[in-house]
Amino acid sequence: MDNRFKGRSMRQSYDWGLVIIYLLLVFIGWANIYASVHSAEPSSIFDLSVRSGMQFIWMMSAFGLGALILLVIPPRLWESASLPLYLIVLALLVVVIFVSKDVKGSHSWFEFGPVKFQPAEVSKITTSLVLALLMSQVNFKISKPRDFLLAAAVIGLPMLVIVAESETGSALVYVGFIFVLYREGMSGWVLLLLGMAILLFILTLTASPYASILVAIGVISFCNALNTGRLWRWLAIFGSYLLVMALLPWGLQALCGWLVPAAMPGDDPDMVKEVLPEVSHWVFLLKIKPIHLLLLSIAAALPFVARRAYREKNHFLSLSVGALLVAVALVFSTEFLFEKVLQDHQRSRIEVLLGMKEDPTGVGYNVAQSKIAIGSGGFLGKGYLHGTQTTYGFVPEQSTDFIFCTVGEEWGFLGCAVVILLYVFLIARIIRDAERSREHFTRIYGYCVASCLFMHLFINIGMTIGLMPVIGIPLPLMSYGGSSLWAFTVLLFIFIVLDHEERKYF
Amino acid sequence: MKLERPHKLLIGLGAVALILLGRLFSIQILDDRYKEDASNNSMVYEVIYPTRGIIYDRKGEILVGNKVAYDILVTPREVQAFDTVLLAASLDISVDLIREKMADYQRRRRAIGYQSQVLLRHIPAETYMRFAEVQYKFPGFRGQVRSIRDYPINAGGNLLGYVSEVDAAYLKKHPGEYRSGDYAGKTGIEAVREEELRGEKGYHIYLRNSRNQIESPYKDGEMDKEAIPGRDIVTTIDARLQQYGQELMQNKVGSIVAIEPKTGEILSMVSSPGIDVNMLADIGRYYDQIQKDPYRPMFNRTVQGYYPPGSVFKLVNGLIGLEEGVLEPWYQYPCSKGYNYSKKAKLGCHAHKSPIDLEEAVMMSCNAYFCYVLRNVLENKKFDSIGEALDHWNEMVRSFGFGHKLGSDFPSELGGSIPSSKTYNRAYGKGAWKFPTIVSISIGQGEVTVTPLQIANLAAIVANRGYYYIPHIIRESEGVPLDERFKERQYTMVDTSHFSKVVPGMWRAVNSGFGSGGTASIAAVPGLDICGKTGTAQNPRGADNSVFICFAPMDDPKIAVAAYIENAGFGATWAAPIASLMVEQYLTGEISRPELEKRVRDGNLMNRVKKD
Repeated sequence: MDNRFKGRSMRQSYDWGLVIIYLLLVFIGWANIYASVHSAEPSSIFDLSVRSGMQFIWMMSAFGLGALILLVIPPRLWESASLPLYLIVLALLVVVIFVSKDVKGSHSWFEFGPVKFQPAEVSKITTSLVLALLMSQVNFKISKPRDFLLAAAVIGLPMLVIVAESETGSALVYVGFIFVLYREGMSGWVLLLLGMAILLFILTLTASPYASILVAIGVISFCNALNTGRLWRWLAIFGSYLLVMALLPWGLQALCGWLVPAAMPGDDPDMVKEVLPEVSHWVFLLKIKPIHLLLLSIAAALPFVARRAYREKNHFLSLSVGALLVAVALVFSTEFLFEKVLQDHQRSRIEVLLGMKEDPTGVGYNVAQSKIAIGSGGFLGKGYLHGTQTTYGFVPEQSTDFIFCTVGEEWGFLGCAVVILLYVFLIARIIRDAERSREHFTRIYGYCVASCLFMHLFINIGMTIGLMPVIGIPLPLMSYGGSSLWAFTVLLFIFIVLDHEERKYF
Repeated sequence: MKLERPHKLLIGLGAVALILLGRLFSIQILDDRYKEDASNNSMVYEVIYPTRGIIYDRKGEILVGNKVAYDILVTPREVQAFDTVLLAASLDISVDLIREKMADYQRRRRAIGYQSQVLLRHIPAETYMRFAEVQYKFPGFRGQVRSIRDYPINAGGNLLGYVSEVDAAYLKKHPGEYRSGDYAGKTGIEAVREEELRGEKGYHIYLRNSRNQIESPYKDGEMDKEAIPGRDIVTTIDARLQQYGQELMQNKVGSIVAIEPKTGEILSMVSSPGIDVNMLADIGRYYDQIQKDPYRPMFNRTVQGYYPPGSVFKLVNGLIGLEEGVLEPWYQYPCSKGYNYSKKAKLGCHAHKSPIDLEEAVMMSCNAYFCYVLRNVLENKKFDSIGEALDHWNEMVRSFGFGHKLGSDFPSELGGSIPSSKTYNRAYGKGAWKFPTIVSISIGQGEVTVTPLQIANLAAIVANRGYYYIPHIIRESEGVPLDERFKERQYTMVDTSHFSKVVPGMWRAVNSGFGSGGTASIAAVPGLDICGKTGTAQNPRGADNSVFICFAPMDDPKIAVAAYIENAGFGATWAAPIASLMVEQYLTGEISRPELEKRVRDGNLMNRVKKD
């Protein structure tokens, strides 16, 4: 079934499937870039004064790069040169902060006359290479804390520098490398914890810290019950506890209303004392907030649970206790993170996404217009070059980050499905090839490529349809821009050549 | 464990792809909101205003038509430095006004964008032509044709009502039907028939870009809609008669209502002082002036004025007496300058012969006679109490169209009031009143109040010998059906046979000649057989009101008229000549009594009227 047994000709041993999907996506992207700059006075698709013409140049040069990687550069070089390349790019990432111009608040572009270059794009490649190099070492074991930290450092270093460049969106892509670590043996619980951290973050912002901690207790205790198999006991103890706690805020309010009429929890007790002297001995009730009682109950129960975990040597339980403490800490630092660490525009993007703020003309404008363009496409779309939103320029950044809007408006649901499926085929095929590989380096690198593509795909398309906050990262291979196209071409073609290199030996 | 992980990741990949596709499915296929938003985004609707329907009189003369006027529009973004003085001169406005407007546009430039603003409204064609000659010097300025109301005859300002731009309150009351900048009928026929008159707006759709610039017609104009002109309305009004009535009523306060008895069609309806049609055309400019006028020209006295009917009401009491069997035409009652309803009190009457029968009582308008009649009606043995008798009387009076709205198609009609036992129980206490207490209702005074439309309707009832059609002002025409209620005869509770017993009295009141005792000899026109009844209604606020109702000719009535002139004295002095001239004008088309006409036209009673 596999062509590696059948022959060694170039036609068979390169994974031409990957190349074909790559070419399809690039050309679909080019056509849509033309549509998105298309206006009532159309120009040629090759016109260099518009973006479609420029993209054609980027494409040709990208194909050249691809050919160079496949045919000229010795494939083994990638493994041996990975560390120096990584360090050079890291240095560039730092340097760019100081020498670049301010582009919408970010400092990430080198400019040499007309040529602009973003080292963050290249950094994805070098990080993937070094991660593959590190993790393919014979004695590397991700379960060893030292190795885990090393891998984390390889990912984290460029990520931090990119955050410092104020390109938080690009940094977010690096979170995808966690899937590589997972594939290579990292505990699945880490993924779960990460997922939960995101959930708690969102819950705290949209609902309340109280609800957030309650959910954390529920999930962690339920995982423990799954671990021990005592689900009925969990339902009896935690079910009733959670129910009581969930009703507590209303109960407290009712109690206050009964004992201290005309006052509500949260009213200033001193003021109430003055106004209503006859109920002053109950006024302390007003100071009690539900969250105090919740924390009190945790503080009371946790020592007993911890002691039992220690006695029974139940590691899962000890970790759970730790996880709960981390969760509580996270919930209380959310506000700090949100208000102090994030920048204004990032904060408002998240607020708009979570529906905490309506802002149809400001931050919400992009998303609203993007959704209108995609949503108005219907099933079959309005037809190529016939999109009203696209042609008349209602969506900002439409040829770069919002290129998917053009697909959505002019090609409809059908076109969107085709594009998404092409990406899914691409990623799945990379994973298949990676899994077939006998060399760890190739496999791990393949997963890195798949993760990068996946993160870009999900964040970019999710952003255009309002599932993700507005994070300015391109749609791989389709968005306008040389930097991005070159980077993804190199990223993908290194994998193709590594994959080919391996096949040659069979 | 390790072998499963790639599969888990692939499943995760599939799940994420499904989430994206699911979301796309929902916004692209399930949710139509985005498609609408997209149209709002990219399409501009240029509204085409329909021409408003024309209002005709009963003979096909145009009461309200349309004429062309121009609005001057500015697109501030396209304006370049220009000669303000020349522009002001060509448009007949002050330089300051232009400066002020341009400064305002400058302040609001963000909101305005590439849109046009109205600089001036409704400038006449001559002014526009002057502007058009120099228009090339003012890029960004242009004229837009607009159709506005035109009134070829000065007739029926109050009836027609005015059209003006809709305001916020109006928009709220009619959600979805209008947009700001639209015009709508606010009063009179314009308001009542708004739906037919306004027509349907059309539109041209253009595509615009995100900078609000027009790019091209949408689908080459395939989706455009032409405006549908408003439907024409034919009224029952006789424009010439209406105009003549207004002329007769100048410098007098009061009403004339003329009805065609055979159909209930209102031939004319004059409320004086009224609104000049020239004011209607430009209501915005005159609105304050009209509001401040102490004679309240907006107040339509014909349907909203509450008046005591005076002696014309004697007809109703006489007919009820006949129906109840307490009166026969040959019954004679004495009158010694009045009716003594108690030892000390007397309801006065003028000097005439005594005793008299019903016909003479109508002819001479004897107060005492109708006091006897109403006493017999109310002290009828078949009722247990006077209260019961009065309530029965009330019911019969109501059947003549009094005490309630007639239900005409004219807006803001009022109903007047007819007393019942409740009225007097409330005022005097139960059982504490008797016939002498309420004697004044015998002669149409006291608690009886009516509108001029109602007494005109009374004239129509007598003309028809016992029934009326609900008076109305809109005629059936193509696409405008007549409500069924206007086609039904409304019978009174008095048998039709009794009406012929009062008509001779009305004929004699007019046609007996001076010196005979007939009260309305001044109204006589040879050959027209006018039948009438005068009234002199006491007015607590000043001189008596002069009232006259009549119909003609006696045997085949073609017109019934009521004239009600405030503070004008005896019915015979002003109301009777006015009504008589109206009848003559309508039936013969000319006036045989020029001196009388001149006296009426020149009469100025305004100084007698107390201002509100």
